[in-house]
Amino acid sequence: MILQGLTFYIFAAVAVMAGMMVVSARNPVHSVLFLILTFFTTAALFVLIGAEFLAMVLVVVYVGAVAVLFLFVVMMLDINFVEMREGFLQYMPIGVLVGIILLVELLMVLGTATMSPEIMAVGTEPIPDLADRQNTAAIGDVIYTKYIYAFQAAGMILLVAMVGAIVLTLRQRPGVRKQVIADQLARRREDAVELKKVQPGQGI
Amino acid sequence: MIDFLTIGLGHYLTLAAVLFTIGIFGIFLNRKNVIIILMSIELMLLAVNINLVSFSAFLNDLVGQIFAMFVLTVAAGEAAIGLAIIVVYFRNRGTIEVEDINLMKG
Repeated sequence: MILQGLTFYIFAAVAVMAGMMVVSARNPVHSVLFLILTFFTTAALFVLIGAEFLAMVLVVVYVGAVAVLFLFVVMMLDINFVEMREGFLQYMPIGVLVGIILLVELLMVLGTATMSPEIMAVGTEPIPDLADRQNTAAIGDVIYTKYIYAFQAAGMILLVAMVGAIVLTLRQRPGVRKQVIADQLARRREDAVELKKVQPGQGI
Repeated sequence: MIDFLTIGLGHYLTLAAVLFTIGIFGIFLNRKNVIIILMSIELMLLAVNINLVSFSAFLNDLVGQIFAMFVLTVAAGEAAIGLAIIVVYFRNRGTIEVEDINLMKG
């Protein structure tokens, strides 16, 4: 129990500090790297709480796809990030004010909330014992039966996002010489090679 | 309410609240940089996911984890579309400063 507590505190502290660094780092590339650290520590916390599948999905999807996408865009755009930090201190007081108010409100809600004992019986899909069914299999049991339409809709969302991103960023630039495979395949020897009978001593 | 070293629901909810606040704070702090604002939104979505998963674990209900997965899906799509829009905007205008995005005079 003590080990669990210590693990939680260490990972939570790392997550919060990395989150602070995300919003305050001077270099956006460092921001992305700290975002990755936040995701990793959160994944560890998910493992601690018994949600292994979501932890792995978090690592694969967020770290493997989203964070790398951020990294690509940050490195691809030629932006003067120093100029962008002007006004950083100007917005600091209002940001701190709003943040503290929000945090106090959230913690007040947490502090006064009590859990009624019968709420444990409300859940419709109880988590099976880990010895009987793994977390991944248990999620699969529910998601492919009861939530199949929502699951398909999530797939459609991803498809639309993919098509939308491609449509937005694809562009036809004039004057760029591209490989046209059809032309290459349609090329015959007669079009490309011409044999000339050269008389000795004359040239063409 | 919260006793130390016995990790309960309150610990996770507090962590999620702190992360969510950091996300809001980041939006205020980086008023000019759209990329950092997107990252702050990702932080806030992560906090929401922590909430969903911790409620799921402590209330013994698997549905929370499934909805966390849907939130993850939407977050991934949002990041892809948002970054694509940023790339296109940068191509057209040569800047991504939030204050310069005023074509619609809003």
